[in-house]
Amino acid sequence: MCATCGCDSGGNTAIHHLGEHEHTHGGHSHDHGHSHATTKTIVDVEQDVLHQNNLLAQRNRGYFDAKNILALNLVSSPGSGKTSLLERTLKDLKGELEFAVIEGDQQTTNDADRIHATGTKVTQINTGKGCHLDAHMVLHALQGMKPRDNSVLFIENVGNLVCPAMFDLGENERVVIISVTEGDDKPLKYPDMFHSSTLCIVNKIDLLPYVPFDMEKVKANAKKVNPGLEIIEVSCTSGEGLSVWYNWLKSKVAVPELI
Amino acid sequence: MHELSIVMSIIDIAKQQADQACAAVIDEIELDIGTMSGIEMDSFEFAWKQAVKGSVLEQAARKINLIEAKARCLDCDAVFSIQHYFDPCPVCGEHLLDILNGKELKVKSLVVS
Repeated sequence: MCATCGCDSGGNTAIHHLGEHEHTHGGHSHDHGHSHATTKTIVDVEQDVLHQNNLLAQRNRGYFDAKNILALNLVSSPGSGKTSLLERTLKDLKGELEFAVIEGDQQTTNDADRIHATGTKVTQINTGKGCHLDAHMVLHALQGMKPRDNSVLFIENVGNLVCPAMFDLGENERVVIISVTEGDDKPLKYPDMFHSSTLCIVNKIDLLPYVPFDMEKVKANAKKVNPGLEIIEVSCTSGEGLSVWYNWLKSKVAVPELI
Repeated sequence: MHELSIVMSIIDIAKQQADQACAAVIDEIELDIGTMSGIEMDSFEFAWKQAVKGSVLEQAARKINLIEAKARCLDCDAVFSIQHYFDPCPVCGEHLLDILNGKELKVKSLVVS
C-alpha cells in the first residue's frame, strides 16, 4: 500500500512532526504460504485501482467528521503562494479559529518551519520521489499530530497541478491556487485539478499592472471546466481580498451540533 | 507521473486477487481505463514496463478497454462524447455537464492458472 505514493515500494515517505520525535514509515512485507491450482480460471475483479486510497480517504473523512475538523486540501503549481497564503491566514485569524497544518513536499522541512514560526501545530510529509500526497500519508500524519476538535486543518499538497488531482485525501474542500504570474489559460491546461476543486484562489493580484494576465479570461476558463467553482482574488502582500477568503473559511466551519 | 503509483496499485490488486484464488501465475489482466480518468497512456506504458519487472504481472498479457468519455448536458439533456472538461454542449453551448462515462480506472478481471 505504501507503493501508492509512487516512491520505492520500500516506503521512502518521511513524516516529521515538528517539535516532536521523528517517525519514518517502513515498508510492509506480505507472507505467501499456500498451494496453487493448475487450471486456468477467470477472476472477476471489478476493483477500482484507487480503491485502497479512497477507502483510507473515507477513513480520514470519518475522523474529521467525528472531531468536527474542517479539512482543506490546498493544491497549486510550485510558487503560486500556498505557504504565503497560509502564513498570512494563520497570523490574521489567530485567536478566531484553531488551526493545524500538514505540509507536503518532496524534500526539506522549510515550509513546515515557516508554519511552525507562526505558532501553529504542523507536520511535514516528505514524499521522497512522490509527486503527490495520498490518503495513507495523511492518515499517518494525523496519527502523530492529533489535531484538536473543531479546528481547521490545512493540507498543503505537493506543488503540482496534475497528479494530486486523482488522490482524495478525505478533505472537505479542495482549494486550487493560481497566481497572476501564471497564464490565464491554466484552467484549460490543467482541467482535472480545476474540475475537482470547489474554490479557486487567484493570488498575487497586486502584480496585475505588471503582467499580461486577463482576470475575466481566467474566470471564464475556470467556469468552462467547472461551472460550480467559486473564485476569490487575493494578494497576500497587500492584503487585498483576504477578508473575502477569511469569510469563506468561517462560513465553512460548522458549528458543532448540540444533541 | 502519478501513472507509476497507479501501476503499483494495479500490481497490488492483482497480487492480492491471485493469492486469494491460490493462483501460481497470472496469464492475463484486463483493465478499464476511461479517456478522462486522468491517465496519460504514454506515461502509463512507460511506468508499466518498469514496474511489472519482477512482479506478479511480469508475464501477464494486458488487455485495456479504453472507454470513451460521454456527458449529459444538465440544461438540455443532450448526451454526447467529450474529450475535455471544457467542451461545451454541442446542442445548446452550455458547460454544465454530468460526466456519464470516461472516468473509469479499474481492474476488470484476471486470468490465472
